[in-house]
Amino acid sequence: MVLHYNPAEYETKKIKFSIFSPETILSMSVAEITIPDTYEEGYPIDNGLMDQRLGVIDPGLRCKTCGGTERTCPGHFGHITLVRPVIHVLFAKYIYEALARTCEHCHKVITEDVKKRPKKCPLCKKELAKIEFQKPTTFLINGKEVLPTQIREMLSEIPDEEVEKLGFSPQNAHPKWMVLTVLPVPPVNLRPSITLESGEKSEDDLTHKLVDIIRVNQKLKANIEAGAPQLIVEDLWNLLQYHVSTYFDNETANIPPARHRSGRPLKTLAQRLKGKEGRFRYNLSGKRVNFSARTVVSPDPVITINEVGVPYEVAEELTIPIPVTKWNMEELKDYIRRETYPRAVYVIRGDGRRIKVTEASREKILEELKVGWIVERQLIDGDVVLFNRQPSLHRISMMAHLVKVLPGKTFKINPVVTPPYNADFDGDEMNLHALQSEEARAEAREIMLVEKQILSPRHGHAIISPQEDIVSGVFFLTSDETVLDKKEAAKLLYKAGITKLPKPDKGKYYSGKLIFSMLLPDDLSVKFTSKLGKEVVIKNGKLIKGEVDSKGIEQYIIEKIFLMHGPSYTTKFLKNLTDVALEYLSMKGLSVSLRHYKISEEHQRKVRELLQKMDKEIENLIIKYKNKTLERAPGMTLKETLESLILQITSKTRDSMGEIVVESLGEDSPSIIMARIGARGSILNAIQMSAVVGQQVVRNKRLWRGYYGRTLVYFHPKKLTGRERGFVYYYFSKGLEPDEFYHHAMAGRESIVNTAIRTARSGYMQRRLIHAMQDLVVLEDLTVRDAGGQIIQTIYGGDGKDPMFTKGKEEYETKPKEDDVDTV
Amino acid sequence: MKRRSKFQIPPGEAVGIVAAQSIGEPGTQMTMRTFHYAGVAEHVPTGLPRLIEIVDVRKEPKKPTITIRLKKEYAKKREIAEKVAYEIESIFVKDVAKIIEDVEKGIVVVRFDKIAGEQLGITKEMLLKSIKKGKRKIQEKGEDIIIAVDEDKGKKDEKGEKPKLFSKAKKVRKLFEKISNTLIKGIKGISKAVILEEEGEFIIRAKGSNIRDVIKNKYVDPSRIYTNNIKEIEAIYGIEAARNAIVKEVKDVLDMQGLTVNIRHIMLLADVMCSEGIILKVGRHGLAGRKRSVLARAAFEETIQHLTRAPVIGEEDPLIGTTENIIAGKTVPVGTGRVLLEFTPPKTKEKTERKKRK
Repeated sequence: MVLHYNPAEYETKKIKFSIFSPETILSMSVAEITIPDTYEEGYPIDNGLMDQRLGVIDPGLRCKTCGGTERTCPGHFGHITLVRPVIHVLFAKYIYEALARTCEHCHKVITEDVKKRPKKCPLCKKELAKIEFQKPTTFLINGKEVLPTQIREMLSEIPDEEVEKLGFSPQNAHPKWMVLTVLPVPPVNLRPSITLESGEKSEDDLTHKLVDIIRVNQKLKANIEAGAPQLIVEDLWNLLQYHVSTYFDNETANIPPARHRSGRPLKTLAQRLKGKEGRFRYNLSGKRVNFSARTVVSPDPVITINEVGVPYEVAEELTIPIPVTKWNMEELKDYIRRETYPRAVYVIRGDGRRIKVTEASREKILEELKVGWIVERQLIDGDVVLFNRQPSLHRISMMAHLVKVLPGKTFKINPVVTPPYNADFDGDEMNLHALQSEEARAEAREIMLVEKQILSPRHGHAIISPQEDIVSGVFFLTSDETVLDKKEAAKLLYKAGITKLPKPDKGKYYSGKLIFSMLLPDDLSVKFTSKLGKEVVIKNGKLIKGEVDSKGIEQYIIEKIFLMHGPSYTTKFLKNLTDVALEYLSMKGLSVSLRHYKISEEHQRKVRELLQKMDKEIENLIIKYKNKTLERAPGMTLKETLESLILQITSKTRDSMGEIVVESLGEDSPSIIMARIGARGSILNAIQMSAVVGQQVVRNKRLWRGYYGRTLVYFHPKKLTGRERGFVYYYFSKGLEPDEFYHHAMAGRESIVNTAIRTARSGYMQRRLIHAMQDLVVLEDLTVRDAGGQIIQTIYGGDGKDPMFTKGKEEYETKPKEDDVDTV
Repeated sequence: MKRRSKFQIPPGEAVGIVAAQSIGEPGTQMTMRTFHYAGVAEHVPTGLPRLIEIVDVRKEPKKPTITIRLKKEYAKKREIAEKVAYEIESIFVKDVAKIIEDVEKGIVVVRFDKIAGEQLGITKEMLLKSIKKGKRKIQEKGEDIIIAVDEDKGKKDEKGEKPKLFSKAKKVRKLFEKISNTLIKGIKGISKAVILEEEGEFIIRAKGSNIRDVIKNKYVDPSRIYTNNIKEIEAIYGIEAARNAIVKEVKDVLDMQGLTVNIRHIMLLADVMCSEGIILKVGRHGLAGRKRSVLARAAFEETIQHLTRAPVIGEEDPLIGTTENIIAGKTVPVGTGRVLLEFTPPKTKEKTERKKRK
């Protein structure tokens, strides 16, 4: 059987499922397999399991059926004739249904439910036998075990019309075919044997199983022919049944799994398909690709957000096919001529032959190169590639970047594009895919390019936005005190590509706000309250009042600019903003040292006072609890009330530390500023480093487990005060007491365990959500429909608006202007 | 040519996948912590566990809670709210009495707890009345109420082999259970009712959920009652209400975590779950199991079952969905994959000339 067609020319329209009838199995079989062995002296045995008619896997040999080599031969089925029929385990359920729902006398369907089999046939009025099914493959009629032969006979007597009434399809799956008389033997390609280093051959699990089947089959045949007693025959028959059953599914309940010599259960047909590592999820829903690269990512704030820095080694290895046209002929010839980096590696001729560009072939190729050929050249600057980081929970976990070949062995990305990938640079690796068709490249460039994903489809807010130092830089630049002299102003503006200095607004000097305003588009007007609670006003592209923080950049400036001016403008703006902000920050300097987390003696005293006050309050509560004078909160026991009150006190105490810490470190302490403007860290971090770490909790309760009535042996049992129950009185820069350290570790452990569990659970939930919703599509009439065309929503979201351009309640006030509207 | 606003959803957009991702992706950021509902001292699951619960459409949530609003005319009166709360809150015998079982004598003794009774507003008469409802023989002995086990019945029921004492012990145990869980007053399943003030109105929030019985109360407004049990809403108020409940519950979970997800994504999820007229689970027993495509179902879960069932009923996979087409190696019918573009390049002069020469 040779493939007489080119699969590429045909399209799969539908897939029909059916069971092979014995006739079909025989008609497609190219060999009957009778010898339970594979190789002899290195050559496949005729009529053995590696028969050369089933295809070849050894290089050099040719398939005896189609004449193909191990590369071209698709493989062919053989068969084993079973001496006695056996039940197909996977269909046993349906055999039972067919038996129990029909009358064994008139062969008509008599009931809808196997459990409601009447005692008498309502049609022919004859007594009906009681049919029982014992999993996995035993059937009892009137309490007596019946042999597959009889079952097969009973099933064959059911006429086609009745089979149809059973809900089965007689053409595709007549119940009688569910009792096997011949067994198809899969081609060798499906069960290749591996040659070990020692030269020994190791067979596939399926081959092992088939060997077992043939052996028992032969033995059964010999015994029957010799006229062995029925008991022995049935024993062997059962053994055959066992082997055939485990050949199909080695994890059937009530059947001991067949094992390899080493004790490992065999991986048979069902196991090959099932589960995460099975054929479906591992090879069919997910596929391996060529033209991809993977390495560590590192930051490079100098390249734009659309670019990705690609190491030379990667660019050299990945290729892109370029079809030869008369317009690019010369350009491509240049690539072919080159012997170093941006060169052509292969040329594909019109007839599909692939020629390697070498010293020897170069001249000939250059001479013959024709329109319609394809040149595969190495990756160069400006090529579109896909870039991705796992887990890909988002569509923006995979975006298109433009290649920029850079020195180094890591991929470089602008730190601003970090959030959609959820990447950091502590050793994260990312994947890169070189696109191989013009359609793919066009789509990637037009739809998937980073700058088109600045707004998240999840909530419509900017997800690609400046972070950390850039936020700090912008904040300091826009703060009221910032004044720059001419030289500084010129330096900053030059970073943004502005070569003309504006008029100084502060006498001889320039204010930071002016410099910032130079970056803004003229038509930007926003008003918002910053995280510090101050009002920020931008009018006609001029920052009039206030200091810009992370919230302002993210939620107001970037989003607004994106909506007003589109992706490429926003990219340029982001670029200018980062460059200027970072330049200013390096001019001004921003650093933290241990000193910035040390609070004064006076404040330390205040902290201790607060803690003492807290201890007293807790003690009072405990006394009240012991006197039973504590008032029980509704729906809680007294103990629960106490615990919840103590937790409230501890968290209140820690929160009030915030004021002390901020007071002591000063409003202008770098760490406080960074926390306040949303650049990095939080006030809580500062509190824990300089004042107190606070209450440690496990499962929302103060620590209690460990020893009898206490967490550690050093404590008095059942003591309920702070220290004993996991309150940490020290702070990180001072260091923790041993017991505190232990308590902190207890809480830390819980959070680690929780994260692990959460990722697993949410991953499964997302898989289910995706599977439930993946076929939903908006059509031209704005209806949402599933794959079958059923309407799920009559207008998407009730208004047909794109969630990327709509923010929760406050829809964009900016009504689309005439130029916002593009034609379709 | 039609003009389209850029705010309009582009046709072909794979809104389902985007919605699923938008709801699923924040899952990793959610906390597992339970939430302490004001007053109702229950740790109501929020975050990921609750989201999974909603998506699974459990028959009953882990911690069902009901929110009752009174009819407009009574809504501002605290006394009435208190009255309703008292009326619906269920109290069992075990809450107000000490129950002792005496296996040897075959009796169960109920001793009324005055302090507990006072707190919950139960008198001894009420207790007696509720126990008598079971038509049992009751003896009163001072503070104790004695209920005896029906012995005659016991002999008949038992198979002769088992010792008598065992059967009696079993009976006493049974009686004990039954009496402990006898309702004195209130509505079945409702407990721990708390009155809260919200926008000048008094509302009642209680543990448990039983709308059917609660709305029988004349002060309760049946149009403004709410429960977090979506299945119950479906059964009583219908699928449309259930759809809105799903949207509300999912949104509440996300809001509480401070995660913003556009309402359109949540609405789409609720709409698919309700598209068949009943709420379908997101998973193998619901939406995923109902897919038309054999391959898509097999690729999800229960691979073997789907692959064996398909030939028996003579199924065909029409390859119309996403997974199937990925498996078959074709373009996915979503987004740009839906667009069929036919383009015949105009003949170049060169070619036509070449042809002429021939």
